Amino acid sequence: MSFHRFDYDVIANWIEPGERVLDLGCGDGSLLRYLSSVRQVRGYGVENDPERLLACARNGVNVIQIDMEQGLAGFDDGFFDHVIMSLSLQAMRNTQGILREMLRVGREAVVSFPNFAYWRHRQSILNGRMPVSKNLPYQWYDTPNVRFFTIDDFDSLCAGEGIVIRERLAFDDGKVIVDEANFLASVALYRLARAGCGTG
Amino acid sequence: MQAQPIATSDAQSVGLVVPQTAHFDEPLPLKSGGALPAYDLVYETYGRLNATRSNAVLVCHALSGSHHVAGLHADGGVGWWDNLVGPGKPLDTERFFVIGVNNLGGCYGSTGPRAINPATGKPWGADFPFVTVEDWVDAQARLADRLGIERFAAVVGGSLGGMQALSWTLQYPDRVAHALVIASAPKLTAQNIAFNEVARQAILKDPEFHGGHYYEHGVVPTRGLALARMIGHITYLSDDSMDQKFGRSLRHAKPVFSYDVEFEIESYLRYQGDKFSGYFDANTYLLTTKALDYYDPAFDYAGDLVAALGRARADYLVVSFTTDWRFAPSRSREIVYALMHSDRRVSYAEIDCPAGHDSFLLDDPQYHAVLRAYIDNIKV
Repeated sequence: MSFHRFDYDVIANWIEPGERVLDLGCGDGSLLRYLSSVRQVRGYGVENDPERLLACARNGVNVIQIDMEQGLAGFDDGFFDHVIMSLSLQAMRNTQGILREMLRVGREAVVSFPNFAYWRHRQSILNGRMPVSKNLPYQWYDTPNVRFFTIDDFDSLCAGEGIVIRERLAFDDGKVIVDEANFLASVALYRLARAGCGTG
Repeated sequence: MQAQPIATSDAQSVGLVVPQTAHFDEPLPLKSGGALPAYDLVYETYGRLNATRSNAVLVCHALSGSHHVAGLHADGGVGWWDNLVGPGKPLDTERFFVIGVNNLGGCYGSTGPRAINPATGKPWGADFPFVTVEDWVDAQARLADRLGIERFAAVVGGSLGGMQALSWTLQYPDRVAHALVIASAPKLTAQNIAFNEVARQAILKDPEFHGGHYYEHGVVPTRGLALARMIGHITYLSDDSMDQKFGRSLRHAKPVFSYDVEFEIESYLRYQGDKFSGYFDANTYLLTTKALDYYDPAFDYAGDLVAALGRARADYLVVSFTTDWRFAPSRSREIVYALMHSDRRVSYAEIDCPAGHDSFLLDDPQYHAVLRAYIDNIKV
């Protein structure tokens, strides 16, 4: 899945130097490499795809091969400062489970996902076809995505799960969308915490 | 002696190698109490030590391995990890100076139960002291001193060899940059010890064992040793790989109602057992399985592996195999999580390979690609 620098920069701004960071579905490890260089994080990636695992090893990134669908058993509570899942939540079946796990092992979670309610996607559906776009580059029959949700859907899940949204940024084509994000933004990034965990 | 390239069809072989012997006169204190007064270590080296002595890699062997890691002996014997070590191979001898050493208590030339006990003038036999993973590492460190190696670029091992690699980083944290811990465990489970105990009982109950002093009787407890090896082989393979290899194939195409070999798996196990008992030493087998059983770096830390790893300074690659049930992936993950929680740099690959524990000796493409990728990033 493609990754954009604006995504990196937002995440880096949410991270203090020297933090412990866990990147779930870390791909080739390029985000962790970026965070190591600009924030000197102690980073670990989780990846279950053999090719991407190999890419991480080549990139010199710490990578741990486990199936996230099974949760993060083995990771201590609160060990990480930030647990990141970038553009992968929509490909996870156990959505609530992984969000709980992220906020169990991390002080904060950072989540980004493609907004299925983006206006171009709506237009595509109105025209009778499933959306295919830069952020949803797959056909309906070969997509790795298994959960199709919107910014409003995610806000409502967080409310139901007792997850505090500390910050939310929405984008279209690298530009910040402030108003009508659920209509105008193609990607959203969240900084999340457990309810009753102080301010951050 | 350096490995000399010889004409071979395998351009990636280190070629002909001649083992060397290092003698040590300073007694080696042992974890079991007492000390080994003097001893020899047999070893081999491949590649060249660079000017800054920063490119040395130690390869530690498992239960039945030896110092002969790579290349060819004059008798044609190929090193046990020749597919990994050589010019252009994942552990590239063009870049690294690789050392293989036979551990103390072994039967390939390093001082072991067959050697003469200076106190009695007779072979040590059963009186050879218990040696542990930690003792082996201490002895290996003395060999490193002898070879002028202050710090290893990496220590590598599979199974029991992986325990040595891990132990290196705890006993000599400043002398190891990277540890590659493959198909290993932070300690054996009860089930794993149980298999070792059955193997030991097979040897100990062999009438030719003579309390471990069979050398003096001019006999060898081959039946016990063969049985021990047969049990081992069953646990080194997966159910699927055994089925794939042998299935229910019958030598006579139909049952003949006999205790002689009928099923091909019987033939395989008997062959492996007999072959092994022809060259391996029963006392070495006993000692080595006990070393496996005793290894538990967290023991002195009330079972807290994270606390035990607190001293470590190395970076790690941990690898396991999905079908390995003797050293299951869950055991490797214990190491990985403990290292991560000790703030060590660690990567972990779980290789989907059908061959069970033996997978670590094979050249599965993903396995070797991961090793190569990791090793390529080791700075010398």
